[in-house]
Parts: sequence; C-alpha cells; structure tokens
Amino acid sequence: MSQATPLGAGPGRGEPLLAVSGLRKYFPVKGLSFGGPSLVVKAVDEVNFAVWPGETLGIVGESGCGKSTTARLVMRLIEPDSGQVRFEGRELAGGSNASLRAVRSRMQMVFQDSYSSLNPRLPIEDTIAFGPRVHGTPRAEARERARRLLAAVGLDSARFGRRYPHELSGGQRQRINIARALALNPRLVFLDEAVSALDKSVQAQVLNLLVDLKAEFNLTYVFISHDLNVVQYISDRVLVMYLGKVVETGPVDVIYNAPRHPYTQALLSSRPSMDPERRITVPPLTGDPPNPINPPSGCRFRTRCSFAEEVCARVEPPLLALPCGGHDVACHMMVPNSGHSRAGQAS
Amino acid sequence: MSSSFAVATSAISTGDRLVEVNDLTVRFVSKDTTIHAVNGVSFTLAAGEVLGILGESGSGKTVTLRALMRLLPEGRTQIGGTVRVAGHDVLGLSPGALSRVRGSTIAMIFQEPMTALDPVYTVGYQIAETVVRHENVSWAEARRRTLDLFEKVQIPSAQRRLDAYPHELSGGLRQRAMIALALSCRPSVLLADEPTTALDATVQIQILLLLRSLQKELGMGVVFVTHDVGVAGEIADKLAIMYAGRFIETGPVTPIMRAPRHPYTEGLLASTVHGAMRGQRLKAIQGSPPNLEILPAACSFAPRCPRVADICLAGVPPEVPTGPDRMARCVRITQN
Amino acid sequence: MNPAGRPLSDAAATRVLSGAEVPVGRRDGRGYWTTVAVRLSRDPLTLFFGIVLLLIVASAVFAPGLAPTEPDATNVLKRLAPIGTPGYLLGADELGRDMLSRLLYGGRLSLLMGILPVIGALIIGGGLGITAGFIGGRLNMLVMRTMDVFYAFPSVLLAIGLVGAFGSGIVNLLISITVILSPPIARVAESVTTQVRTYDFVEAARASGAPTFAIIRVHVLANVLGPILTFATSLVSVSIIISAGLSFLGFGVQPPIPEWGLMLSTLRKSIWINPYVCALPGLMIFVTSICFNLLSDGLRNAMDVRLG
Repeated sequence: MSQATPLGAGPGRGEPLLAVSGLRKYFPVKGLSFGGPSLVVKAVDEVNFAVWPGETLGIVGESGCGKSTTARLVMRLIEPDSGQVRFEGRELAGGSNASLRAVRSRMQMVFQDSYSSLNPRLPIEDTIAFGPRVHGTPRAEARERARRLLAAVGLDSARFGRRYPHELSGGQRQRINIARALALNPRLVFLDEAVSALDKSVQAQVLNLLVDLKAEFNLTYVFISHDLNVVQYISDRVLVMYLGKVVETGPVDVIYNAPRHPYTQALLSSRPSMDPERRITVPPLTGDPPNPINPPSGCRFRTRCSFAEEVCARVEPPLLALPCGGHDVACHMMVPNSGHSRAGQAS
Repeated sequence: MSSSFAVATSAISTGDRLVEVNDLTVRFVSKDTTIHAVNGVSFTLAAGEVLGILGESGSGKTVTLRALMRLLPEGRTQIGGTVRVAGHDVLGLSPGALSRVRGSTIAMIFQEPMTALDPVYTVGYQIAETVVRHENVSWAEARRRTLDLFEKVQIPSAQRRLDAYPHELSGGLRQRAMIALALSCRPSVLLADEPTTALDATVQIQILLLLRSLQKELGMGVVFVTHDVGVAGEIADKLAIMYAGRFIETGPVTPIMRAPRHPYTEGLLASTVHGAMRGQRLKAIQGSPPNLEILPAACSFAPRCPRVADICLAGVPPEVPTGPDRMARCVRITQN
Repeated sequence: MNPAGRPLSDAAATRVLSGAEVPVGRRDGRGYWTTVAVRLSRDPLTLFFGIVLLLIVASAVFAPGLAPTEPDATNVLKRLAPIGTPGYLLGADELGRDMLSRLLYGGRLSLLMGILPVIGALIIGGGLGITAGFIGGRLNMLVMRTMDVFYAFPSVLLAIGLVGAFGSGIVNLLISITVILSPPIARVAESVTTQVRTYDFVEAARASGAPTFAIIRVHVLANVLGPILTFATSLVSVSIIISAGLSFLGFGVQPPIPEWGLMLSTLRKSIWINPYVCALPGLMIFVTSICFNLLSDGLRNAMDVRLG
C-alpha cells in the first residue's frame, strides 16, 4: 500500500498529457453570513489526476460533486485557489496571458447545453471559424477549415454553413459544438455532459461520432457525465467524485466490476436494472447528497455510508493505490490499521 | 381509432376503466403554423395500474399527459377525441368543475417541483391549504394530515420540514414534498411528467421506489411519462412507446423490453447505452424526428427506418397484434 | 392549474410546453434581422404607427417646402384665428402666426430634441453598461452605483438643475437630457450583458483564447443590441416630453423659435379664448410619443424570435 502519486496510476505509460495535483477551489457564499463566519463551498478540494495521451478519462459523480468545476479550473475558465497543472510537460503557471492563450488552443471543451453554447446571431460556419480567426488564421482559410470540420462531424457545409443555431436540431447543434472545439486542433478535449441533453437515438449517433473523431484527429478525451452507462461505454479509466473529492479511480472494468469505495458501489447499483422482472427493491443509498457548504468532517461520504465508524468522522481518508495497481481508493476500510474495524479485510 | 389496447387492459383490471382516452388529438395553432402534437391516441387505465409512456422530446408524450388534465393553453390549443377520468368527461367540463376534478381526482407531479410549489409559502402551509379547500376540514386537521403525508413520502424530520420553504429543501426532498402535495386530496389518478429526470442517480431510484410503493398502497392509476427506458422498466406495468404523436407500440413492460417489435422501439433500446456495448459501435437510429407542422399521412418513422418499404408510405399503419395484449403500428411485422 | 388545484398561469403552462414538446419551426437560411423584418411587416398596428411617424418626420424635414407662410410672419388681425380660417388652415397663434407653418417647423426641433439625446445616451449609457456587465466585479460595482446616484433625483428636476447650471439654450438642453437618459440605458445594457455573459458560447469563446474585445464585438454586441435599441426607442418620447417641458418652463428654446413645447407654453394663456388651436402643439407631442412607444413595443415583439 503506497501513497498514490499525484498522477493517480499507471507506471510504464510514459509522460501524461495532463497532470493535475492539489487542485482546489472554494467559492465564497454571499449573503448568508452577515457578520458571522464566512461560508465557503468547497467545490473542488485537493484533486489529483492525470490523463495519458490517447485515452479517455471518464469523470462521474452527482450534481455538485465538482466534476464540471474541475474541468473549468484546468481550462482556467475559473481561476483555481491552488494546485499545479502540467500540460504537455509544461507547468501552467498563473498569470501569463500569452502562454494561456497558446495552451487554450490545445485544450478545448464541449458544453452540455447546445442552445446556450452557440451564439444565436452567428451563422454556424462563423462560430466554428471564430477560434482560428482570433489566433490569426486568415478569413478564407478559417472558413475553409470550418467547412472541412462540418463535413467531419457529418453535416453538409453547403447546406448548413450559413444557417443559424435555431434552425438546427439539438443533435446537429451538438455536432457544431464539437466542430468548434476541434477547430483549433486541440490534443485534449473536455466533454462536459456533452451528450446528456440529447435524445437517446441522437445520443448514440453523437457517441459514435466522438469515437470516430478521436481516432481521426488523434484526440484525448476527458468525458464528464452523470450518466454511468455512457461513461462505461466510452471511457478507458474512470474517476469518481463526491463533494469535491476524488473517492475512487481506476480502469473502467475494475471500477464497474469490482468497485471498492462504498459510494461507487451505491452509485453503480442505483442504475435502473433494465429488466422489469428484476427490479431494484431497496434503494442503495438514502437521502440526498449533503450540502457542499460545510461538508461532513473526515470522510465526506460518512453521513450516507452504512459502514461509517468513529474514525471516518475524525480522519479524512487519503486516496491510496491498491496493490493491484492503477486502482486508487479513498476509504479507511482499504487501509490496514486505519482504525476502522473492517480495515484491510477486503484487500 | 379502435383500441386493442383497451380490451387488453380490462382483463387485468376488475373491468372498471379509471381512465379512458379515445382518439385524442392535440394541435397547437399559432399565426405562423399549426403543430400536430398528438395524432390519435387511445388507451385505458385501470385502478392500480402503471402505464409508462416512453418517447423522445417532441413525441407528444407530455402533451398527451397534460390533455388528461386539460392543462394546455386554452386559446391556441385544439383538442379532439374524448378523455374520461373516473367518470368525468374532462374535455367537456366547465372551468369550475374542472378545477374540482384537478387535485381531488387527478393530480400531477412535474419534472421541476419548483413549478408546482409556490416559493413564498412554506410547503406545509401549501399542502394544508389545499386540503382545507378541497375537503372542508379544519386547519388543525389539515396540518395533521399534512404531517402524515410527509411521513408517508418519507421526509426525515417531517415536523420540522413542514415549516420549510421550497428553496430550503434539497432536490430529492422537494420532489417528495411535491408528491405529498399531489397526494393531499387522495387522487385516484396520478400523472407523472418525468419526475425523476432532474435528479441524481442515487436519489432517482429512491423516488421511483417511493412512487411504486405509494401507488400500490393507495391503489392509484398512474401514467408515467419518461424518455428513459431504464426508468420505465423500474416502474411501469405496461408501456406505450410514442413517436410523432402516436402510440407506435404498446403492451406489458417485460415482453416489450425483452423483444421489441416496432423498428423504432428496437432502435431506441439498441441505442440506449449500457456496459455490455463497450467497444462496439452503437446501433444509432439515423436522422431526426419528423417536423410535426405537417400531419404525417404515412408511417412517421419510415424516413429513418431500416426496414422501410413502399407499403410503409401507403398510409398510417394500423395496429398489428404482436402478442398477448400487445400491438405495434408497423405493416412490415405481418409481412415478415 | 397545478396538481393541487392552485392556478398555474397560462403563460407558465405555455412555457413548460414550448420548452419540452413543441418543435421549433425551422426557417431555412434566414438571418435574424431578416426574420425580424418579416415579422414587423406582418404587424399592421406597428406598421401603421411607423407610417404615421414617418409622415411626421418627413413633414418636419420638408417644412420649408410645405409651410404656407414663414413661421415668424405675424398678422395682428388674425390673432388666435380659429381652425379653418382661409389662409390659416390650422388657425393662428396669439401673435397671428400661422399655426400649420409653426407646427411643421416646430417638429424639426422637437424631433431633434427627442432623438439626439437618446443617441447620445445610447453611446454613453450603452457603452458603460455593456462594459460593466461584461467585465463584472469591481468595475461593474463602480459604474452601476455611480449610475444609481442619478436615480436619487427625479429626472425632470435633475434636468432643470443641469440646465440651470450649464445655462439655458438648446445645446445645454440636449446635453442635460443626454445625461439623465444615460443611467436607464446603462442599467438595461448592464442587465442584458450580464445575462449574455453567462451563456456557454461566451465561455467557449474565452476557452478559444479570444481577447476580451473580440468576444464583446462578435459574441456580445449582436445579442444585447436588440433589447437596448428597443428600450432606447421608448425613451425618444420621454426625451420629447422632457424637452417640451423644459422649453415650457423657459429653460430650452427661446421665443420666437417654433418648438412644440414652447408653443404650448406661450399659448396656454389663450386656452380659454381658442382651446382647439392651443391644444394643437400638445396633440403633436402626444401623437409622436405614442408612435415611438408603440413602435418600440412592436419592435420588441418582432425581435422576440424564439431561438430554441
């Protein structure tokens, strides 16, 4: 049992494309603390992970667990309170605008809401060409690239290029979103709930497209979603978050077939059974996720965990690598001599 | 449109038809355009039964549900057909009679509870007020009933939560409060419009289980609208799959989920991702749903259908029996 | 009605429906402004008042050609001649000047005083509001709280105070009205910009590494201009009325220059002698204001294209 490296997992896989360590963001809560102690939402708290070139890392968790904030912090759309981000072997230090602009073309994001993520007053071709234009590509060349990308995401540029977002269906708009993200030739794409708002039949089309584009453009994905099935389908590795903390990470098969953290286990068994003859009879968890303002002490999951003991309230469990490698869990039950009565039994 | 579906359900129930919908059509008329949202839907529902209406956005599932309560903008909606709920002719009721039926006979729960709960009153007051108005009981009695309801929907520390405002409750508790509000006047029919869609996975399953147990306990008929096959599988006794304003396949839930017959249902199930599909290419349905500004004269799914033939374009496909209590609107089924 | 029988407004029901189920009509390849123009052309009321306004503006512009006499030509014999007097189609004022000519000429100044301050306020208030809304934070606080100071005074009083400080005269009148119209425009501009700023497409533009100015120019302006312009149109009538009021009080235009507000002021003493003639300048102010207000309403409806 060893302290997990900030990189999370995976010896012998070379240098990660993206390495995040100690990432933290507390949002102050306004209006609730007049005169009293100031309240903060611990949105992302000491998060470490790494992404290797060519893989898809899935990030799952319930609303308010910090998965979207994590992506925005790495992209520096929100300024982190602290933490290091290494991308393509270089440290992204705070401040310098020029380096940030250069990095931003290499790291892109696809948003969930296909309506609010496209400018309603701009023909979609111009939306896609906007990124290359601000990076100095001549107008004609930028437009040409936009047309090629429209074709790459399966839309006929002659028919669609001059249309406005409201003239397209949700699925088509999400394809435009993807094309826009690819317009700057990124290496890493954050997909923030990118298929969640789509109808199932359209969702499947877009998932197929994402798989194709990944191969064609040699991309690396960070796929953020609350949909456990979609994450299982598309990811190579999975990161499970709860109230701003990483609770478990590992290869997708290991996480889905042998989850070790009680939260991951509950989350996975909350999925509908897809078989009306074998319905779920007892809810795996009771109650709602606690308010991220003043999260529980120690292990943040302890208030809903059926194995919680005294040590869980006192000590925060570190994210530790299991001996099998590549699988990290933050739970006292996984740590021998942690003080939990079940400590070390499972491993 | 005749309904083999209706005949089928009467066998399960004791013969009383709690909800009886016949050839329901709903059109939204505006200056620019007419949208044919529902185009001939017929079904019946018995007490104690859960009908799941499964469809994608724009399929007309929510509009169908709202028509059962006539909860559609009056001026620009044209409703045709008949809707009978517990003996009331919903489409023919006077506004006063309609508002008595709403709440006491039919109640509805929504995807977003904030649309049903008033932000300026405590949830306890809102429920008690409804009880007082509909049932003519004293405030003390109403408040006691409200507390019972809160306990029934498993709201922890119910007494304290009565005095909470909607925004002070978490998403799951708010949904429970809305269910309590809907149940406050003991409706015989509960309409549910994607009540778990906005919830997290661990909370969604709690609410589904709660609805299931309340429905059994109170013997209500439930119409549950959802876009999620998995959710429908957890709660429905029978399923109706809706596409372009029509029921295109209906029947008991298990056989449909195990062996769908209509190509759209097949496609929908095949494109619902689950773990076993890892590494495979998803069998997506090509194209997108039809524009309902034009009333579909043939099979609406034909343009996207892998099994399309000339005969599909000849007219609206009739109901083809596909098994006990089952039907699908696809002419290719008989030909196979 | 919601489940419990409490009323759910029709609008709310419609909103729920339009969000969830009613598919959007797809207009092929038609830009936003074209759509707005088409919708405007289908709105007879707005069209009618637009034409009336156009006629008023045209008659002011072409006043020298249209007016039967010089606006300052007096005729003692025709003092307060009633409407319909031969040669004095709309009667004459207290100095026997032809009302029709004076109304035509007066429109030039009145319209100018309606429109110029609004354009000025659009540039100042709009610029400040959009900048404050987009940058946010302390700058927003500084700009908007400064604007709030102006709200502490009733606008007409403030205008009187400003003209009093600057000295009366047309230019000073225009400046002071511009000053009092800027804060409301800034407030509207700030609120729509703040809203647009939260949309993901602005976030996406930032993620592409675009400089702030490019984001405002390409992504923000086009989305906030519509509501700001609509609001500004409704202010034209306010501006006409305030300037008329100030002229009426003697702060703006000085006699004998024809201007509706001033005309109303000088004729008020004669209201018992010939009420119809005396009411004419007021009628013009009223009609013009109504036209601008209804045009603004029509514009807002036409621009409210659902872009789902």
